[in-house]
Amino acid sequence: MGQRSRHWLAAASLVGAFGLALSACGPSAGPAGGPGGKTAGTAGITAATITIGTHQPLTGVAAPGYDEIAPASNALFEDVNAHGGVHGRKIRYLIDDDAYNPAQTKAVVDKLVLQDHVFAIFNGLGTPTHVAVEPFLNANRVPDLFVSSGCDCWNDPSKYPYTSGYSTDYTVEGKVEGKYVTDHFAGQKVGYLAQSDEFGQDGVMGLDQSIPQSAVVSRQSYDVTDPTADVGPQMQALQSAGAQVVVLYAIPAFVAHALQAAAKVGYHPHFVVSSVGASNPANLSKLLGGHSLLDGLVTDDYLPSVSDSGDPWIKLFKQVSDRYLPNAAFDANVEYGMAVAYTFVRLMDQAGQNPTSDSVVKALQTADLSGPGLAPFGYSATSTQGYTGVQMGTITKGSLVLSGPVFTSTDNGPVKSSKPLSVAPPGNL
Amino acid sequence: MGRPARHLLTALVAGAALFMLSDSVNAFTDDKLASVGLFAIALAGLTLLTGLAGQLSLGHGALMAVGAYTTALLLEHTRAPVAVAILAAVCVTAAAGAIVGLAAARLRGPYLAGATLALAVALPDVANQYPHLLGADQGIVVNPLRPPGWLGPGFAPERWLAWVSLAVALAVMVLLANLATGRLGRSWKAVRDDEVAAALAGLAVARIQVTAFVVSAACAGLAGALLALAVGQVGSGGFPLSLSLSLLVGIVLGGLGSLAGAVWGAVVLVYLNEVATSAATHLGLSATTAPNLALVFYGAVLIVVMMAFPTGVQGWMRRLAALVARAARPDRPPGAPAR
Repeated sequence: MGQRSRHWLAAASLVGAFGLALSACGPSAGPAGGPGGKTAGTAGITAATITIGTHQPLTGVAAPGYDEIAPASNALFEDVNAHGGVHGRKIRYLIDDDAYNPAQTKAVVDKLVLQDHVFAIFNGLGTPTHVAVEPFLNANRVPDLFVSSGCDCWNDPSKYPYTSGYSTDYTVEGKVEGKYVTDHFAGQKVGYLAQSDEFGQDGVMGLDQSIPQSAVVSRQSYDVTDPTADVGPQMQALQSAGAQVVVLYAIPAFVAHALQAAAKVGYHPHFVVSSVGASNPANLSKLLGGHSLLDGLVTDDYLPSVSDSGDPWIKLFKQVSDRYLPNAAFDANVEYGMAVAYTFVRLMDQAGQNPTSDSVVKALQTADLSGPGLAPFGYSATSTQGYTGVQMGTITKGSLVLSGPVFTSTDNGPVKSSKPLSVAPPGNL
Repeated sequence: MGRPARHLLTALVAGAALFMLSDSVNAFTDDKLASVGLFAIALAGLTLLTGLAGQLSLGHGALMAVGAYTTALLLEHTRAPVAVAILAAVCVTAAAGAIVGLAAARLRGPYLAGATLALAVALPDVANQYPHLLGADQGIVVNPLRPPGWLGPGFAPERWLAWVSLAVALAVMVLLANLATGRLGRSWKAVRDDEVAAALAGLAVARIQVTAFVVSAACAGLAGALLALAVGQVGSGGFPLSLSLSLLVGIVLGGLGSLAGAVWGAVVLVYLNEVATSAATHLGLSATTAPNLALVFYGAVLIVVMMAFPTGVQGWMRRLAALVARAARPDRPPGAPAR
């Protein structure tokens, strides 16, 4: 082939390649230049359906455990749909994988908003991932409901009015755990092991508000993104500093590492662990090959414990799980997915017959979203904080047993105690 | 018509076609086009390095990170216009490429692969070591590219991003095509084919190899800068080892050493995963199983293409064109069967 024809071939290929890019995505749906259906803010809503989407880690390092959440939410939606849906509309839940990589989060959320025209992004998981799409969702006025992360960055309604948090924020949780430590282990030496990211640092910020500096004898951290991270040296440092209480702000894999590393050197302090790390003891037992190291470990949660089989919410969620997820184990991740899905259903129920993105965001400020949660939500005209507190608990024989009052707070306010909320579930979802 | 003029003409034709395409599709497709544009830039740089200069890099994802962080930091801490931030990203990454290239010019084969692999693994982790400056995994938020005022208030930012990305990609293609067909490109090929022969012919082998790394890194930095603008956040989780490896997959699937192949590779990288996931979903698999099957599908496609079309999409296109040309040629030798 001659030089000249090769150049024309290159040109044709160049255009052809881009052309393929276009044909691969089918006929262009909706108006060019942004999301939106017939009326502004009603994308994803038809007479018969509400379409919402989410980004979740379904592959990659963050997938084990977290990949149970979205199917659990979907199971609850299916049950609601089977009972007639919300205002007669069935909920369609589009679950997309972002592999916990912010670049992929942006790509799948773009798809959900610009191509699938979802009404809302619901329960998107992760801090670094969701940070990448928060400005985009707000610029496009897409409700960004119940982000699955305890970062306080979802509570900024003046800048991001369409975003709302769900989990108790890590600083609030740290304050409550710190209060527990000062109340129950008064006079004892305290050490920290915290993940060196926003999750761990926010937790430590909260702990430091409740625990006097003089009591803290050692502060250790580890880097979760380092695949070779070993927390053995940190546990030895805590041991040699004489820490009698060790607070762990770590994900389950590193909680398990830390417990094993301490046991190996004969170090047995009181462990107090964030709910991210320990509120799903079934998972920890699996990692540790048994629950002997877990017994006595203190943690907290804002939802009832899955092992509390007498709780009416646990009974209900177990039924839904048995019917729609027959092959999945019923654990705290499944409970979480159903609880947050229930909260969405409550919100849509109260947002009225003809919801728009603005009316839903407005309804969130005043709606009664009571459900399985033990602590109240913080939603108001000036706050998009999710659960405002937690109940403390202890792991006993591999199960989490929650007890005592619920402690609530804000990032800067005092810690208040109140009775755990207890609302009976509806007869029909 | 000289070669540079022909490259320019090709780009103008492609640009006009792309302009019309981008103007007639929805915002989501514009968004994808922007991704295709930026990946085409990264792949073009890598395909010159690997295909023309014969040097392997498993660390181009890390070089994209250098460009992305440079852009994000400049936009966060200074009032630099976006264009300046992008140019700075190109310069900083080119400098980083020069350093890597100096080491690379001393390494061969698996050692070069190992060294660049280490770069891909280690460099993004630097962000975790300086959380206050680089924001660790939560990253630095980059304000999205805003369309200029003269386009009107309702102009979709996705389309503007697509225009910028594609225009830059075409400009890069013209520059690289001129480089590749010029003196430097011939030197790269000479060094690739036989270093000793090239040295005997008076070529400074090491310097030529470093130049290839610098050009290639500059492209990666440019792509990284555009990626930062497209994603809106630059964090350590955005540049995993899999990014570097997928760039390599892109140039091989597209057709090693060819700029048109880089464009094909970019299309494949941007769309293959999505096509695979939607295919898996259409098979009736659950939302959690489908993305895992997509990875299997991705691997299978890679194997099949390598077995059946080792020269990639572009090699296959060339063969197709050759067949067409032969069929259309009037002066076929007597006795040859008509097609």
